[in-house]
Amino acid sequence: MIKEDLVKIGLEVHCQLTKLKSKLFCSCSADYRGKEPNTNICPVCFGIPGALPVLNEKALKYALMVALALNAKVSERTLFYRKNYFYPDMPKNFQISQYDKAGGIPLAVGGRLIINGNKIINIRRIHLEEDTGKLSYEGTIESSNVTYIDYNRAGIALMEIVTEPDMNSPKEARLFLQKLSSILEHLGVCDPSLEGAVRCDANISFGGGKRVEIKNISSFKEVERALRFEITRQRSLVSKGIDVKSETRHWDDVRRVTFSLRLKEEEGDYRYFPEPDLVPIEISNEMIQQVLSEMPELPEARKKRFINQYDLSSQTAEVLTSRKILADLFEESVRFYPNPREISNWLASDLLAYLSDTNKEIESLNITPKHFAELAHLIDNGLINRNIAKSIFIEMVTTGKMPSEIVEERGLKKISDQHYISEIVDKVFKENEKAVKDALVNEKAVNYLMGCVMKNSSGRIDPNIVLQIIKQRLNQIKEGD
Amino acid sequence: MKSYILKLPAVEIINRIKGQEISAEEYMIKLFERIEREERKIHAFITLTKDSALSQARIIDRKIKKNEKLGRLCGIGIAVKDNICTDGVRTTCGSRILENFIPPYDATVIERIKSEDGIVIGKTNMDEFAMGSTTEYSYFGPTFNPWDRERVPGGSSGGSAAAIASHEAGLALGADTGGSIRCPSSFCSTVGLKGTYGLVSRYGLISYGNSLEQIGPITKDVKDCALLFSCISGHDSKDSTSLPYPAKDYTKALVDDVKGLKIGVVKEFFGEGTDEVVVKYVWNSIKKLESLGASYDELSLKFLEYALPTYYIIAMSEASSNLARYDGLRYGLRVPNKSYDWNTIFSKNRKLGFGLEVKRRIILGTYALSAGYFQAYYLKAQKIRTLIRREFDQIFKNHDVLICPTMPILPFKLGEKIKDPLEMYMCDIDTVPANLTGMPAISIPCGFYHNLPIGLQIIAQIYREDLLFRVAYTFEQN
Ligand SMILES: [Zn+2]
Repeated sequence: MIKEDLVKIGLEVHCQLTKLKSKLFCSCSADYRGKEPNTNICPVCFGIPGALPVLNEKALKYALMVALALNAKVSERTLFYRKNYFYPDMPKNFQISQYDKAGGIPLAVGGRLIINGNKIINIRRIHLEEDTGKLSYEGTIESSNVTYIDYNRAGIALMEIVTEPDMNSPKEARLFLQKLSSILEHLGVCDPSLEGAVRCDANISFGGGKRVEIKNISSFKEVERALRFEITRQRSLVSKGIDVKSETRHWDDVRRVTFSLRLKEEEGDYRYFPEPDLVPIEISNEMIQQVLSEMPELPEARKKRFINQYDLSSQTAEVLTSRKILADLFEESVRFYPNPREISNWLASDLLAYLSDTNKEIESLNITPKHFAELAHLIDNGLINRNIAKSIFIEMVTTGKMPSEIVEERGLKKISDQHYISEIVDKVFKENEKAVKDALVNEKAVNYLMGCVMKNSSGRIDPNIVLQIIKQRLNQIKEGD
Repeated sequence: MKSYILKLPAVEIINRIKGQEISAEEYMIKLFERIEREERKIHAFITLTKDSALSQARIIDRKIKKNEKLGRLCGIGIAVKDNICTDGVRTTCGSRILENFIPPYDATVIERIKSEDGIVIGKTNMDEFAMGSTTEYSYFGPTFNPWDRERVPGGSSGGSAAAIASHEAGLALGADTGGSIRCPSSFCSTVGLKGTYGLVSRYGLISYGNSLEQIGPITKDVKDCALLFSCISGHDSKDSTSLPYPAKDYTKALVDDVKGLKIGVVKEFFGEGTDEVVVKYVWNSIKKLESLGASYDELSLKFLEYALPTYYIIAMSEASSNLARYDGLRYGLRVPNKSYDWNTIFSKNRKLGFGLEVKRRIILGTYALSAGYFQAYYLKAQKIRTLIRREFDQIFKNHDVLICPTMPILPFKLGEKIKDPLEMYMCDIDTVPANLTGMPAISIPCGFYHNLPIGLQIIAQIYREDLLFRVAYTFEQN
């Protein structure tokens, strides 16, 4: 049996700097998604002979922000290197990247990220590189007679963040990625919800055993799944007495398995050498100070502020700040209606549960801070009860309708009309004489009467008023005796 | 009528067009008449752009008639080496793999030429991907030396130098990775300048050895050279290795005076393998400059003997990576084949598309960059490159220019050295130091020996093209 604490997981995360306007080395749009294939290209990113790369300065600034947010040590001087291998998704058959050997200096080294409150995940290095084009097939790789190549993505700015093998479970890997994504979101450099914006490769080993690399994990939701599969696979090998091979495996997110795919070029010698078309980049202390001074509030600081300012529990604050969009939604909602506790509950538990149940992204919902402010307001005013609020919430997030609109439509407003309620109470009292007698001596029988009244009104009347009227009637009977 | 005009220096032709002594169209018609005659003997061009050149000429004539502002290259016919991208005009690099490649953009130097009213008349022959010193390695067949058709014009910009020598062009652009402008200038008796690395934009120059090469002028005389260099140099934001200096007017540096200049004569540049005739002519030239008021002393450079291997390791390493993009998928030669396997497809395209010398250099460069050899070759070469640069810097503390042969030997016969690559590489021994160090170097004619041209090379410290022009101009005028 393999214990989880024997597991060592390291990640190589690739984040696109999706908030840039242009690609890393040319002026083509950074927004390549949904475009006609091979239309978002130019001589530079399409590898036309004679075209030369020019570094997007903003990409460097964004990368510096990420490095500083992860407490990494930024290099005073950094170089671009060519990583040479033949593959049809690369227009030049080399990738402009960075390297930490052969005289190379990556943008930043070291750094750390804390997950689960106290678990330190060390970062080995952070660098900038260009993304590749995209291959697609008719059916599967194995059966397809044709390979389509779309270079729209080629040259998109990509940051590579490599961790030490400090994670000890697939869950920690997921938590790391979530936290990292939140930082990227807060920095405003990357929108992790975009397809392919955050991708990762993972390496995993047991108790100092052979290291297996898993490539092609296309989203951070998949990472936990892929790692779990791999642990199960390796565990079953070990139980059968078969050695785990040190190899590179690919994650198939459709079949949800990892498989060994030997790609000659990929495992070869990349012949790294300094990119002669780019000059070394000097990163001055002033530049770092400038970036630091423009740095927005990061999730960790925001979490602490939420605890202090809104009196939230550490756990709720953690959940809310795990996504910038969630934290923003919270703060905006509270601005409209200052009940942080009520609003934070809806966001941190109900909304997240809904997203995970329906497999949706927040971005896809048609909701605004006003939705949550209104929901909380209706509850506080006693206009709807909690059960009704839950069903309103579901309709609200599904349709984007305002809570008041839903209440109106469904006629859901709690009935607080005393006269109407009195009539129902009288009717119930007539029909349940025995229960009324019991209730005169036994408090618990009051609940039974309550239930009957609520049933008669399909649960739409205000229970507080019902209780008040029942007690009044009982008192009248007592006094009448 | 007026056919002598083609033999005038470009500056004179431009003045006559501006002065309406001859129309740009008339000149262009005459030029193409000559090209059509000469090409049968010389083969300087791979592609001619007669139609667009004539229509450009007519546009310029209209500008002249309307008294509009005219560019510095007004109406002159310019031959462009075929590794410089021209929008809509095929650019082959002398290779089968790019036989039908038509770039979708103009190189920066082409944009600059056009904005000065210069006219591109065609693309000139070259060794495939600029790898060679004779222009024999062109897929389109060799160029012949206009001074002796049995001999090579030098290379790799042999077509551009031959076009100037045979008066098939007013001005020409070459590119120099290890001597490719200066070598054919020496062999064809033209003036050729490789400027300071970073002064001329490489945007649109199809890369061979990126850290070494520069585009530069090949011209009939020093004044033409200064004019063309003034037009094409200066910062370009599309080239990250471009120096942050604006263009200068180098014609101001054309001063007929070398009094007080200090010339360094490095003995390693006259080493073993240098033809005695060449040594004699170059020394005579130095003596002539001395008589005009310059002084000289003899020096030695310890690391210079390593320049050639250092150069070849770096150039081939860079080339092996630069040429990886030619796989036939996006442009270039595509061999019909039934395989869907990527490795098979690109291997077939490259096997048929590249010539022998290109393959040799790709293989050697790949080897030099491979794990286990990288330290011993590429990294060591970079270290030596730094040492060589430092040694030159030291010398330039108390010398203005260095003078040496451009080529150690006289123009040789076609086929003479093609069988021995090492012997061929040795031809570059005096030209590669300027590429390794980034220093500017010019080759100017210094005489003929039995009708064979000999070139004189002048080298200066980085960004001191003015000194090169001053010494070259003085030498030419006296
Ligand atoms: Zn582009």
